[in-house]
Amino acid sequence: MRRSSVTRRGVLKYAALGTTAVIAAPYISPTYAAGRLTLGCWDHWVPGANNTLTKLCNEWGEKNKVEVQIDYITSQGEKDKLTAAAEAQAGTGHDIMSHRDWNIQVHQNALEPLDDVVNQLIKQHGPISPVAEYLAKIKGTWRGVPTTVGSQVKPCCSRLDLYKQHAGIDLREMFPPDEAQYDKAKTDQWNWDLYLTSAEKLFKAGYPVGLPMGQTSDAVDWVGALFNAYGVVMVDDKDNIKINSDETRQALEYLKKLMAVNPPEVYAWDDAGNNRWLVSGKGSGIMNPPSAWAVAKRDNPDVAANCWTHPIPRGPKGRFVGQLPQFYGLWKFSSNKAAAKDLLLYISQRDAVGQLVAASFGYDLPSFKSLHDFDTWKTVEPPLGTVYSYPPRGDEQTSIAGAPARSDVGAQIYNQAINTVMVAKLTQGGEKPDDVIKWAERELEGTLRA
Amino acid sequence: MAEIAHRGWQPSSALARRRPVAHGLARLARRRSTIAFLMCLPLIVIVAGLVIYPACYAIVLSTLNKSQTRFVGLGNFTFLLSRDVFWMVVWQSAIFALSAVFFKALIGLITAHLVNNLPSRGQRKWRGMLLVPWVIPLALSTLGWWWLFDPTHSAFNWIIRAFGGTDIPWLSDPFWARFSVILVNIWYGAPFFLIMYLAALKSVPEQLYEAAAIDGANAWQRFVHITLPMMRNIIAITVLFSLIVTFANFDIVQIMTAGGPRNMTHVFATYAFLLGIRSGDIPLGASVSLFMLPILAISAVFILRGVRKRARDIA
Repeated sequence: MRRSSVTRRGVLKYAALGTTAVIAAPYISPTYAAGRLTLGCWDHWVPGANNTLTKLCNEWGEKNKVEVQIDYITSQGEKDKLTAAAEAQAGTGHDIMSHRDWNIQVHQNALEPLDDVVNQLIKQHGPISPVAEYLAKIKGTWRGVPTTVGSQVKPCCSRLDLYKQHAGIDLREMFPPDEAQYDKAKTDQWNWDLYLTSAEKLFKAGYPVGLPMGQTSDAVDWVGALFNAYGVVMVDDKDNIKINSDETRQALEYLKKLMAVNPPEVYAWDDAGNNRWLVSGKGSGIMNPPSAWAVAKRDNPDVAANCWTHPIPRGPKGRFVGQLPQFYGLWKFSSNKAAAKDLLLYISQRDAVGQLVAASFGYDLPSFKSLHDFDTWKTVEPPLGTVYSYPPRGDEQTSIAGAPARSDVGAQIYNQAINTVMVAKLTQGGEKPDDVIKWAERELEGTLRA
Repeated sequence: MAEIAHRGWQPSSALARRRPVAHGLARLARRRSTIAFLMCLPLIVIVAGLVIYPACYAIVLSTLNKSQTRFVGLGNFTFLLSRDVFWMVVWQSAIFALSAVFFKALIGLITAHLVNNLPSRGQRKWRGMLLVPWVIPLALSTLGWWWLFDPTHSAFNWIIRAFGGTDIPWLSDPFWARFSVILVNIWYGAPFFLIMYLAALKSVPEQLYEAAAIDGANAWQRFVHITLPMMRNIIAITVLFSLIVTFANFDIVQIMTAGGPRNMTHVFATYAFLLGIRSGDIPLGASVSLFMLPILAISAVFILRGVRKRARDIA
């Protein structure tokens, strides 16, 4: 009897080899690939900006024969964070989810490592923002891909006319719409002392600057940037509480003077409070992405025509601006991970990023310095070049309140707004600096809980 | 026909044995308690799925560490007890709930009397109008209040300025911020008390008042010796219910102040949201939300025991 050449061992061997190849092989975009990919994305506040992302995803979907479905989820009332928390707990939901600020750290155990995607992007675009790395590279593994959509920094957005008239400062001359023309001698003058002097003059003239001192991100970000500029460290990367320092006392002393020339309602402002302040025409300056300018362009064009976005003041330790990047995370429970990674690479290419930046009128800021040269930031108006200095220029460095503590500690410092509560206790509550520092020390001890 | 024929030659004892089974089922279906249970079943399923299961899950979560990987027993609760901000939240929640419930009950009682004394023709319109705050979705009406209290462009301040007054820092000063959130809670919750008290007032027998009038009792004496004792049970139940709901309030504080300024308007629900969802410590957030459970449960037992005792006395 003739024996069959197909043996049981042979079948098992080839099956094992085949399975290994399928699992280990990188996702190659084959024309016959199929399937479905669902995305839960941050709902952009700029009308029409979502359409560009949808268009890019659909282009990729058609090329790869993958059906892409996007749900845009608003961040109003933290609905995007609630959705992410529900999906992480339930172990089901979208394949890709966009995460704001600290959410990658929060959901790190439910997120797929994305080192391959991010390392490829770093290879293409060069160095990535240290804030993005701090927030998304957890214990040496990238758990999120920095997005263009929704990522932002919070530099100064000031009224050219009011600064010139009442403080004698020509901001356009100081920060012209061309980095090559920055004059170091002039930009160095723009420090926190000059900011205070000019804020006092503007306050006297009836046009105070509006710096929020509530417990939302706009407030936490600018105070965090100022703390960094003064060298204040709340908790270091080795879990040491460092808030009780001369630097903290110096920063608090400065803030006491600065808050005295702010409108008293800043303690109740949410993230839209400073925008409304500038748009109303009462305010001379805020610290915000160009969203306030964009709203003014629609609602109060005279104000918009005099808005100039420019770097934040410099402090004894440098010029730091608050940055809040967003990320795409891929859930571990996703059933189409290879396709998801390919899509993330596609929408992070230079051409796609340029389209996204243009769709948001320059609001969306990629986390790669090499992608800060799009024409959008030069051509957006009025006035021409108004948002040129929105991406960090010159010696401006990005930072986030809560760093350099380990990120789960930083998340609590940031979200519980320990820095702004400290300032409010001092400036509104009339507490002594030492008592405020003692309070902060106790709160920081709590954030170190395992 | 075949069945009848078949039955026809069955021994009568066998028929007798089958009858009780059929009667038993029919009797079960006819029993009022069974019907009541079946009618309540959809509600029981909803309560079990949306209240009991999440509550049990929250208890489980509250016993885990931050990353939900290790059992820590009551560790989260003992940690909370050592935090200054948490004690401030406890204190604020108590002020918020007790003062809001007190004023809701007082306003509800006064308004119920006023409406009850209106001629029956106009009463319906007033009842409808006074219920409006309770009917509008809370998130929507709170947003309206927030606009009125807006830190920079408050409509109330505009009116105050028009009369020569100075701005009130409604939401930026801790005292006024607390006042504002309590005021909105009273505005929203008072109609519930009104409708419950109105129903209770209408159930007081008219003869009692007539008898008291014959005995020469004045309005105050009639209120103290007839109305209040007759309403005591409904007052107790309404206050208990409102206390539980007000302690758990989230929307009003979250929309108006988000717990600020300086954490001075946080209540349990907003603080739990801050720790659990925004800061990513879900077990600690669950512990905050469960903190009031034993206190409210004990007060519920005492209040309901009083209600049962009074109901027995009346019977």
